[in-house]
Amino acid sequence: MSDWAYILLGWSVTGGAVTLYALRVVVRGRILSRAVPEDRRRWTS
Amino acid sequence: MTTLTASSTGSRGSRILGVLALVGAAWLVILALAISPADQTQGELVRLMYVHVPSAWTAYLAFALTAVGSAMYLWKRSQWWDLVAASSAEIGVLFCGLALLTGMIWGRPTWGSYWEWGDARLVTTLVLFLMFVGYLAVRRVPADPHLRSRRSAFVGILAAVDIPVVHYSVKWWRTLHQQATVLSTDFDPKIDDLMLFTLVFGMGVFTLTFLWLLVHRFRIAWLEEQVDEVALADAIRERRSEATETALAGAEP
Repeated sequence: MSDWAYILLGWSVTGGAVTLYALRVVVRGRILSRAVPEDRRRWTS
Repeated sequence: MTTLTASSTGSRGSRILGVLALVGAAWLVILALAISPADQTQGELVRLMYVHVPSAWTAYLAFALTAVGSAMYLWKRSQWWDLVAASSAEIGVLFCGLALLTGMIWGRPTWGSYWEWGDARLVTTLVLFLMFVGYLAVRRVPADPHLRSRRSAFVGILAAVDIPVVHYSVKWWRTLHQQATVLSTDFDPKIDDLMLFTLVFGMGVFTLTFLWLLVHRFRIAWLEEQVDEVALADAIRERRSEATETALAGAEP
C-alpha cells in the first residue's frame, strides 16, 4: 500500500465513524423527542 | 424556535456549533491534505497526524470531563452532572478508539507493524480505552439509579487517573512512540509553522465536534430519563384507576 492509501484509510475511518455516530445521535434524539412532552424538553423553550 | 426543535435534540446554539464544526472540518481537509507541507522525516504520512493527534486530544478532553462530572455528581448528587459524565465518556470512547486506529494505520508504514506491545503510549492508551468501555458497561448494569450513578462516578474518576499516565508515558518510558509535539511541557513545538497551525486548527475543529456531539448526547440521556419517568407516572396512574374501578365495583350492591 502507498503512503497515500494509509492516509486516505485513516481519514476515511475517522470521518466515517464520527459521521455514523453523529447520525445515530440525531436519529435517536428525534425518536426520543416524539415520546417526551415538550415541557420536559428544556431546550425547546 | 420551538417549532424548529419540536421533534429533535437541536437548538439554535447547537445548530451554530454544528455549522462551525462542519465548515471547520472542510477547511481542515483542505489544509491537512493539500496545503500543509510533507514532513522531512515522515513524508506524506504526517497528514495522518492531523486526525490522530486531535482524536487523542478529544479523548483526553472527554474523559477529563467525565471525571469532573463524576466528582461533581458525588459532591452535589445532581443528575445533570451524572448525565454529562456519561455522555462525555461515550464520545471519549469513540475518539480514543479513533486515536488507536489512526495510530495503528500510521504505525504500519512507519514502524513496520500495526501494534507494538512494548510501547508504553500504545498500551496505556489501550488501557484507558478499555477502562472507559468498562465505565459504560457499569452504567448498563441494572441497579437503583442513584447506586448506578455513584458506582459509575467512582469508576469514572479512577479511570481518568490514566490520562496523565498516557500523556507522560513517552517521557517516563522512552519507547517507540515520539514525544509530545503540541502539548509538550516546554511550550516550544519544533515543527513547521503551517504544520503546527494545521495541527492546532484540527484540535479546535475536533473540540467543536465534541461539543456538538456532547450537547446532543446529553439531551438524549436526558430524554431517556424523561421517558422512564413518563412511563412510571403512566403505570402509577393506570394502577390507581384500576384500583378505583375495583373499589367501586366492590361497593355496588
